[in-house]
Amino acid sequence: MDLATFWFILIGVLWTGYLVLEGFDFGVGMLMPFVGKTAKGKRVLINSIGPVWDGNEVWLLTAGGATFAAFPEWYATLFSGFYLPLFLILLALIVRAVAIEYRSKINDQQWRDRWDLAIMISSWIPSILWGVAFSNIVRGVPIDAEGTYVGGFFNLLNPFALLGGVVTLVLFLSHGAIYLALKTTGEVHARAEKWALNASIGAVVTGAVWALWMQLAYSNNTWTWGALVVAALGLIGAAYFSFAKRFGYAFIANVVAIAGAVTLIFGSLFPNVMPTTLADGMSLVVHGDGGIVAASSSYTLGVMTVVAVILTPIVLAYQAWTYWVFKRRLSEEHMPEHNELTFKTPAGLK
Amino acid sequence: MEALDLARWQFGITTVYHFVLVPLTIGLSILVAIMQTAWVRTGKEKWLRLTKFYGKLLLINFALGVATGIVQEFQFGMNWSEYSRYVGDIFGAPLAMEALLAFFLESTFLGLWIFGWDRLSKKLHLMSVWLFAIGTNLSAYFILAANSWMQHPVGTEYNPETGRAEMTSILAVLTNNTTLVTFPHVISTAFLVAGGFVAGIAAYWLVKKVRANKDDADLPMYRTALRFGALVMLISGVGIIITGDIQAKLMFQQQPMKMAAAEGIIETEDGAAFSLFTIGNLAGDDPASVKHLITIPGLTSYLATGNFDDTVYGVEELQKQYAGVSDAADPVVPALPDYQLVDENGADVSGDLRPNLAVTYWSFRLMIGFAAFAAAVALLSFWFTRKGATPDKPWFSKLAVWSIAAPFIGASFGWIFTEMGRQPFIVAPNPSAMGDGVDMVYLLTKHGVSEAVSAWEVGLTMVVFTLIYAILGVFWFRLIRRYAQEGAPQVEYTEPTKDDDADKPLSFAY
Ligand code: HDD
Ligand code: HEM
Ligand code: HEM
Repeated sequence: MDLATFWFILIGVLWTGYLVLEGFDFGVGMLMPFVGKTAKGKRVLINSIGPVWDGNEVWLLTAGGATFAAFPEWYATLFSGFYLPLFLILLALIVRAVAIEYRSKINDQQWRDRWDLAIMISSWIPSILWGVAFSNIVRGVPIDAEGTYVGGFFNLLNPFALLGGVVTLVLFLSHGAIYLALKTTGEVHARAEKWALNASIGAVVTGAVWALWMQLAYSNNTWTWGALVVAALGLIGAAYFSFAKRFGYAFIANVVAIAGAVTLIFGSLFPNVMPTTLADGMSLVVHGDGGIVAASSSYTLGVMTVVAVILTPIVLAYQAWTYWVFKRRLSEEHMPEHNELTFKTPAGLK
Repeated sequence: MEALDLARWQFGITTVYHFVLVPLTIGLSILVAIMQTAWVRTGKEKWLRLTKFYGKLLLINFALGVATGIVQEFQFGMNWSEYSRYVGDIFGAPLAMEALLAFFLESTFLGLWIFGWDRLSKKLHLMSVWLFAIGTNLSAYFILAANSWMQHPVGTEYNPETGRAEMTSILAVLTNNTTLVTFPHVISTAFLVAGGFVAGIAAYWLVKKVRANKDDADLPMYRTALRFGALVMLISGVGIIITGDIQAKLMFQQQPMKMAAAEGIIETEDGAAFSLFTIGNLAGDDPASVKHLITIPGLTSYLATGNFDDTVYGVEELQKQYAGVSDAADPVVPALPDYQLVDENGADVSGDLRPNLAVTYWSFRLMIGFAAFAAAVALLSFWFTRKGATPDKPWFSKLAVWSIAAPFIGASFGWIFTEMGRQPFIVAPNPSAMGDGVDMVYLLTKHGVSEAVSAWEVGLTMVVFTLIYAILGVFWFRLIRRYAQEGAPQVEYTEPTKDDDADKPLSFAY
């Protein structure tokens, strides 16, 4: 296998890591009012992701940085082309980062409620938009012979892409609810169980339509039927295990589903990285001479390979250790009294 | 305004904003790690209280640093896609390494540090804060390597087939001599910022407490913090001057245009003087109007080469050298292929390769001025705490608090200076005559901007980012102020528990 193909796969792996990890913390954020419900319940949710959410997000930064390094043309065309959706995602990620960290810095119910609302909204937006973005990449967009996206904003809002948005939304809801069912006890756990079952059934239905549509209409390769089957089994497994209340297995099943879906997306694309829909346009390709070669030089890819092969296992090891350190299940009873400051300036200060 | 101008404003605003927060994180993370180490080593409660106090302030700052950093990662693709296509083969590598090596480290171990007080042994917990602090400093190295490559491209060649710059040596990119001096300079700056922050808040408390009660039990703690912060400021101040001077000499070779602009030198001078002020038209249209005031003879030449009499070429002359029409005996910049003083329509473009002189000139002086002011306050702090004394002057408390801002502002001007001084290039030329350069690798900023994005789109995102940053900045400021005003908390250390099924509430939760 040549290095460009290897990096194409590796970027798929990074996206899988991102969607698996941030997928559940988006889910937890979206479920704040529904599974969290009470003031204490919402706190349980926040603390279930508190120590890990930032590490999860770095998978996105790594996927972005790796795309820049390994496929500069892809990075350039994608992020300048999908300008406004990406802008909305960034906006949501900015607000979300600050909301999670600031909500518990002041002991005031209104302060917390407002940040909680921000956490919820800023979890919904990217959960939808990532599906829209990936669907558009597979479907193809107008890219001219220079590699520049010429489609405008509304071109991105087609039925297939919108369905893709619904799929990631429902999938992350299911993923987050299953994570919460695993990580909590008590009333929060009971509410999470219900959501896990309903959302995972929803994910099977929407996911099946979207995956078949993609395979039949847009896939470049027949072997991706295999990935489709794996993804489908994962989704069905998640629903089944949620029904059986075996959430550890349900979580693993969702991980399989996400890995299958990313494989389906990347497999459908290959050897393109971004196909064009214009007759006189050019697709961005991993390699070969059918379009604009998106990959970096083999020297750069070689350097990046060494770096990634050494560092990725180390990162995985210490991140796994974090999950181990914070493996304790939380419930409303575990939440300590609020001891943060209030905004009222202490007596004697001007 | 065109998309180009808007994209530049957007980059300037978001990056300067990011870098207001960054140096505090970089410096304070190490200082907090030192405080915690002192506690673990000595068992003295004051160090634990200081760790928790400044640690909380660090977290408030870190959150916004992360939020604004996310935009930076994608901004190159969004607004500067042609630049990204041209440099991605090289520039992307340090960025990806930064994420893999540094961002994972800092984010993961920060989570362990915040939530791990009662879950990790003292040693593991201390290790977490150090790994976090090391992560932030590593991240600075990689991003500065990327930035230094734009100032001085090395380890690269131009590939005519792909039309882009490609990497020939990662080692050369990571050991770029520009990086090797920029990194210590910027890190020293970060310590100046963090030292000023620690000292300023401690001074406020010291004066307040001593005025209320001369025997307050907290006095020794705040006195320690004040002297610690001031010491860090003085050491880093010396570091800044030494590395800055090396940087200046290097820059004089690598980017003589920036040096000339920084000193407002329009016409070539032998034994060029250094001026504190300049009046007149620095836009360059009217060289005769430029007057330097309060000058120190020969100092600019000395800064540039270490010799008081050497020649410093003016911007007019350098412009001619770029165009290949200079008659200087020993030109210092190469002629750029295709560049002429008159464009194809016969229009005069002879000012085109100059950065904005006024901005470059003044930002350089403000960079040094603000930090010199902060260093003076640090010296004052030592004077007031000499031989066990405790300052009780309200004006000193006010001054110390206000001077917290000075290193932040100085650092921002440092960046504005380097980045604006590089214009109109986004990747400055590094001619092969320099020894480590290649003739064809350079890019004008105007050729780097995205083609897929319209002016209204860039304008929209610029306005919204600016607004949202402003709103979040208000929260940041109020939280920092509020926590600083509360003072160091009383603490009670509880040994970590291993018992997971206990119904005991968490000792710390968001
Ligand atoms: C000299 C240091 C320095 C400089 C010049 C920059 N940054 Fe930065 N950045 C940091 C030093 C830093 C840091 C200290 O590591 C931060 C600051 C606060 C923080 O939380 O981490 C950070 C955070 C941070 C994050 C969030 C990381 C996370 O989630 O943990 C990203 C994605 C970036 N930065 C990206 C960039 C890019 C693309 C820059 C170039 C324009 C840039 N930064 C300039
Ligand atoms: C964090 C500290 C930094 C600050 C405060 C800063 C500041 C600025 C400013 C003010 C400009 C505008 C110059 C102009 O348009 O006239 C600029 C331009 C630019 N900088 Fe930086 N910079 C920083 C770090 C970096 C780094 C680390 C990189 C690369 C990794 C970088 C890449 C760029 C690019 C690509 C431009 C061109 C866009 C433009 O001209 O506006 N900067 N920067
Ligand atoms: C408060 C913070 C800072 C202080 C006090 C400071 C101070 C100095 C000093 C004393 C010099 C040496 C001047 C000389 O010998 O000619 C210098 C040079 C320089 N600094 Fe800074 N600096 C600060 C921040 C920065 C930052 C953040 C940057 C951005 C990278 C920067 C970029 C430079 C450059 C490029 C030079 C060489 C240019 C020249 O001397 O003309 N500085 N600085």
